[in-house]
Amino acid sequence: MIRIIVNGVEHAADPVGPESLLTTLRDGLGLFGSKNACEQGECGSCSVLLDGRLVCSCLVMAADADGSVVTTVEGIATDETLHRVQEAMVNAGGVQCGLCTPGIVVAAAHLFETTPTPTEIDIREALAGNICRCTGYGAIVRALESLVGKQ
Amino acid sequence: MTITTRRAGVSGGVGTSVVRPDGVPKVRGEFAYSSDLEANGMLWGATVRSPHAKARIVSIDIAPALAMPGVAAVLTIDDVPGLGVFGLIQPDQPVLADGQVQFWGEPVAVVAADDRETARLAAAVVVVVYEPIDPLVDPEEAERLGETFRVFDITRGDPEAHGEVVVEGYYEVGMQDQAQLGTESGLAIPDGVGGVDLHVSTQWLHADHEQVVASLGLRPEQVRLHLAGVGGAFGAREDISLQIHLCLLALRTGRPVKMVYDRAESFVGHVHRHPARMWYRHEADRDGILRRVDARILLDGGAYASTSPAVLANASYFAVGPYACESVRVHGAAVRTNNPPCGAMRGFGAVQSCFGHEAQMDRLAAALGIDPIELRLCNALDHGDRIATTGQLITGSLPTRRVIETLRDLPLPDDAPGDDPRRLPGGTGLTTPSSAVVRGVGFAVGVKNLAFSEAFDDFAEVRAVLTADGIEIHTAAAEVGQGLVTVLQQIARTATGISNVEVVWDHTGEIGSAGSTSASRQTQMTGGAALRACEAVVATALARADADSLDDDGAWRDDVLVMTLAELVAEGPISQLERFRHPATAAPDEHGTGDVHAGYAVAAHRAVVDVDPELGLVRVVRVDTAQDVGRALNPQAVIGQIEGGIMQGVGLAVMEEIILDRGVMKNASFTDYLLPTFLDAPDVTAVLIEEPDHWGPFGAKGVGEAPTISSTAAVVAAIRNATGKALTRTPVRPEDIAL
Repeated sequence: MIRIIVNGVEHAADPVGPESLLTTLRDGLGLFGSKNACEQGECGSCSVLLDGRLVCSCLVMAADADGSVVTTVEGIATDETLHRVQEAMVNAGGVQCGLCTPGIVVAAAHLFETTPTPTEIDIREALAGNICRCTGYGAIVRALESLVGKQ
Repeated sequence: MTITTRRAGVSGGVGTSVVRPDGVPKVRGEFAYSSDLEANGMLWGATVRSPHAKARIVSIDIAPALAMPGVAAVLTIDDVPGLGVFGLIQPDQPVLADGQVQFWGEPVAVVAADDRETARLAAAVVVVVYEPIDPLVDPEEAERLGETFRVFDITRGDPEAHGEVVVEGYYEVGMQDQAQLGTESGLAIPDGVGGVDLHVSTQWLHADHEQVVASLGLRPEQVRLHLAGVGGAFGAREDISLQIHLCLLALRTGRPVKMVYDRAESFVGHVHRHPARMWYRHEADRDGILRRVDARILLDGGAYASTSPAVLANASYFAVGPYACESVRVHGAAVRTNNPPCGAMRGFGAVQSCFGHEAQMDRLAAALGIDPIELRLCNALDHGDRIATTGQLITGSLPTRRVIETLRDLPLPDDAPGDDPRRLPGGTGLTTPSSAVVRGVGFAVGVKNLAFSEAFDDFAEVRAVLTADGIEIHTAAAEVGQGLVTVLQQIARTATGISNVEVVWDHTGEIGSAGSTSASRQTQMTGGAALRACEAVVATALARADADSLDDDGAWRDDVLVMTLAELVAEGPISQLERFRHPATAAPDEHGTGDVHAGYAVAAHRAVVDVDPELGLVRVVRVDTAQDVGRALNPQAVIGQIEGGIMQGVGLAVMEEIILDRGVMKNASFTDYLLPTFLDAPDVTAVLIEEPDHWGPFGAKGVGEAPTISSTAAVVAAIRNATGKALTRTPVRPEDIAL
């Protein structure tokens, strides 16, 4: 049995053996926002913040997250108000199929926490671990660039 | 009745960059994909797959799996009650292997168990004894042996026509994967009376339905397919993957069954872009006019037919590209091997032949001493010309010249690579100083048909309903991420004047087929049906109110509100079912020619690359484009299709290829099958050329495929330009440049 605080709520979970944090979040806690698209840490669709660090939750053993604070895409916005990254993504056409979107939202929100005024190439580097197959990335970069210098 | 001030026109109609209605749930992580579904008492499914590219099945022992606690069913072909085979064009693939396996990863048995891990472990302990057989993996040998899905010959014009200048070439295209981010997944729920509801991510609900029903021996009304959230498609979801298995397991166990492929399984669970081998001979006058084109196109269709016959036809029909030529010979063959099955992927055959014909145009320009863009311009097809292969008169728009000239006139960047390693070949590997970089520029043009061809009865159904709240658009079309949901809202708003439009995803029992979300067709087809259905609803509503226009308030006559929407539908909603067909197409005649297509779109791409010739590394700096879009119903969404399509074209140019060894896939993961990342993405300037089409709603053309067709060819042309190497194969590998 492990205890984790996810999006401000404490949960108990009972991961099976080497189960990933992603599996615990999805199948154990019913938080389907984090996506599983490669299971190898290549695509970033499962990105979450683990004690403030950006990680691929598919590469974290759930048991190792015992006692941690986790933020998933469901916890990025406060209540009904979108996080500015989310709002920019929608408005700039940065969302198509959307399966990569939760991971990109988490990674981009983390980027602006750690680097308030990223350049275009900083944005690309920070998100290079998130694969999007639909957009060609242009609209996502434009969305995030539009936030630089605004708070 | 209160007289109110009339609103100033509907907002969010066609031509505006409206945001997606599903954008907010998607950024919040609340949008339910097929992999996110659950049901009470749900089982998890898993698939036993062949470890051989070809083998006879000696025996299957399911007892060890059945003996595991928590296992509810282990099924083989013996448990399949109906035809037991499926296929989009011809039903040739067994639901589960029937005495033999024909490709690595072919499904042999399926398992359902209480949880995912138990299902996976149970699949691993099903004992299948195989007698491996030497697989047929060489497409040339397959054609010699007559192992073909379709052989297609086009002969048009004077067989004795020749040009003074002749260039020949041999080209290859590797096997590309769609790599849609959402793997195959679904949830089947038995209805308790012998039927089943399947919630699934797909490109074509009704084609899936037809195949589920036939293969399992069910009545059509016993099976209902519902569109679940789709995580991308690009052709990967046009064929059956787990649909039949899920229904079979649910019906046998009497419990809901969920299946989600992992990435490795997804690589073998869907078809791929056909690898191609192509031989070309182009003959032209000294002034560059094409006089004759000969081509031979060989596509490896893999083990089962899928859409190979149609992909081959496309590759053959567009073998010459968007150029006029009065004498053409094409021999095409799609062959059956023991490689993984190939079928639909964005561009559908036109991508392969474009790689060949555009390399040929560059060779021809060099041989003639003519500027390659000028050579393209002087042969460019336009409205009123005839397609070189089929001889079909182009009755709609096809602004090839304008597309080429527009792109030619865009300024080229003259910025040097700079010293930031993130913008250099090799990236943060720090392999390449900017002084080692050679820049190249390449240009390519591609054309493709819109919607289905060759006499296929291609239609889309939409039901438009006026309610007290606004308009509902009912459809079974697949929204796969491309934004059909937005475009349908826009069309309905412009057609009705009512801004509150909801798209309702009907299941297969509620409405007829919308056809496939493929062939760039849904904006035109389901969009066309929505427009007509809305127009009919408006006519009925206006007649009912004796009014002249509608808006969100209701019906207006001479700027006076005469009925609210609620009053209009007080006696019942106003509903119109519309089945839309595009202009009819014909089957090809005995020469492979005729009026086989419903319309075309053309695009041109100009790529700028930085190459490290010593290490063979490439960075694609930018890909600019001009694209024939008919009319951009949602410019932002069109740009999204263009940028995304270019990215897949760049992938095929420099990194994306499924590697096979005697039919066995060696890189079925995102670690080993490389996809372009944010840092690999080129800058894109896209110019939309709007010359209205003759049958798309408001003149719109489908825009999804054109971006992938010539982008690959343009990038490889740019690498040739930088390196001076012939580079006749895509994707271009480091050793192709450096050695």
